[in-house]
Amino acid sequence: MARSRYAPDRGLTTRMTATMFLLGLVFVAFIALIIGIGAATHGSTAFIALIAVVLGGGMLIGSLFYSDKIALATAGAREVSPNDGEYAARLHGTIDRICALADMPKPRVAIADTDMPNAFATGRNADHAVVCATTGLMRKLDNAELEGVLAHEMSHVAHRDVQVMTIASFLAIIAGLMIRLAFYSELFGGGGRRDSNNQNAAIVMLVVMAASIVVYAVSFLLIRLLSRYRELAADRSGALLTGQPSALKAALIKVTGDIGRIPSRDLRTAESLNAFYFAPAMSLQGGASLSKLFSTHPSLERRLEELDKVQRQLSQAGPR
Amino acid sequence: MGFLDTILGRTKPVQPKLDDLFALPSAAITLEAGAGFTPTGSGSVCFRSVEGRSFSDIEKDVRDLLNMSSGKEGGLPVEVSKDTYGFTWLVSSHLSTELEALVTDLHAVNSALVDNGFGPQLLCTLAAFRDAEERRLGLIYLYKRGSFYPFAPLSGERRDNALELQVKGVIGDDLKWEQDLARWFPVWGAPGL
Repeated sequence: MARSRYAPDRGLTTRMTATMFLLGLVFVAFIALIIGIGAATHGSTAFIALIAVVLGGGMLIGSLFYSDKIALATAGAREVSPNDGEYAARLHGTIDRICALADMPKPRVAIADTDMPNAFATGRNADHAVVCATTGLMRKLDNAELEGVLAHEMSHVAHRDVQVMTIASFLAIIAGLMIRLAFYSELFGGGGRRDSNNQNAAIVMLVVMAASIVVYAVSFLLIRLLSRYRELAADRSGALLTGQPSALKAALIKVTGDIGRIPSRDLRTAESLNAFYFAPAMSLQGGASLSKLFSTHPSLERRLEELDKVQRQLSQAGPR
Repeated sequence: MGFLDTILGRTKPVQPKLDDLFALPSAAITLEAGAGFTPTGSGSVCFRSVEGRSFSDIEKDVRDLLNMSSGKEGGLPVEVSKDTYGFTWLVSSHLSTELEALVTDLHAVNSALVDNGFGPQLLCTLAAFRDAEERRLGLIYLYKRGSFYPFAPLSGERRDNALELQVKGVIGDDLKWEQDLARWFPVWGAPGL
């Protein structure tokens, strides 16, 4: 009965599932190719693949476990308690209520002292989550808008987006490592004698490298696509939670408009954090369609459009 | 949240648990006997209003309903206020001996919201108490957890943690307490307290 007012968005679910399916498909095809080549050549390729998987796995686990510390250090943020001044009290108060509404454990709260209005959430799960807002964000937004932004961040925590995106980028990490390892083994292992065996190995390495490059490019695009869907999903859940999609819309317009005016060269350090930010911190050069394909966040228009849908859903006459 | 919900990035709104609220009157008797706190007769329901016509209609219905019921009981009409975080508080005032009627009023608000599909918007409900030294105490019910916790504000934004823990000890098993202390979140300046 009460569920229908908060019904899931079918279209979004379908598109997200399709993206993840494609990502999985590329992964399986890549692994199959590596195994195939390894079996055909008995050795070096399989060894390289093994090293890549071990290294990639290590990086994955490392970034998962230290995601909160890395993100806080990169953003120059510090953790605050409710008594650390006006900003901290306001941030804690708002997050307290969101947690009580959503029945979530309270995350740690951090503030980054910068004028750039933004917020991010990170940490491998709800118990280790950190939510961070910049002082610029808190100055520019009123309470309802701030709540909308924080509800969006808390939805990232609830959806475990750090885990999902880290695992999704595993393939890209492996493929990236494979490109390098194949390149080095070509460079150092292939020199010297020129018999037919060695020449075969060199060709195999080239094939592996080419395949890795293709896989890297495809998975990169798919990850960006997935990231954009996760943002839309977080917008949606956040707006449903607070019941105020228009406050989130107002916040988006304020934040996105402001960020667009800041020159991107000042924000280079923010790039690695992009996936978890409320709005992308740097603008990409190049044509409109290309930047759309590469960006981690959906366009403002797209986000506003999706929030319109939530608005209509919430004002339906009665539960159906 | 299930695995599938995580993968698909969606949240199921948490439905409120309402039944444990009715443990309040008997807990109040224990509290008075053990710590000298008596109910002030006022209590409030806090919820996040939703934009749009549908919700404002329900909000109005609830207010009318409460105004009618307290009119019959001879109490004060319902007050509505908004706090700085944008949450709406409906304050219902009764005589200090009418805790049962107060709980019934609070429950009427809950049911109206839940029946219309807005259960996930309920945040907490609060019943106010005072002792002979005019110390303030609120017993707060968290809808999503179905649990209570005490809140004793002092002047300024400080709270009397010792008193809160004492109250929890005095009432004991009469109420279902919130075991996670991190969720005893303060409601500064809550109307009705």
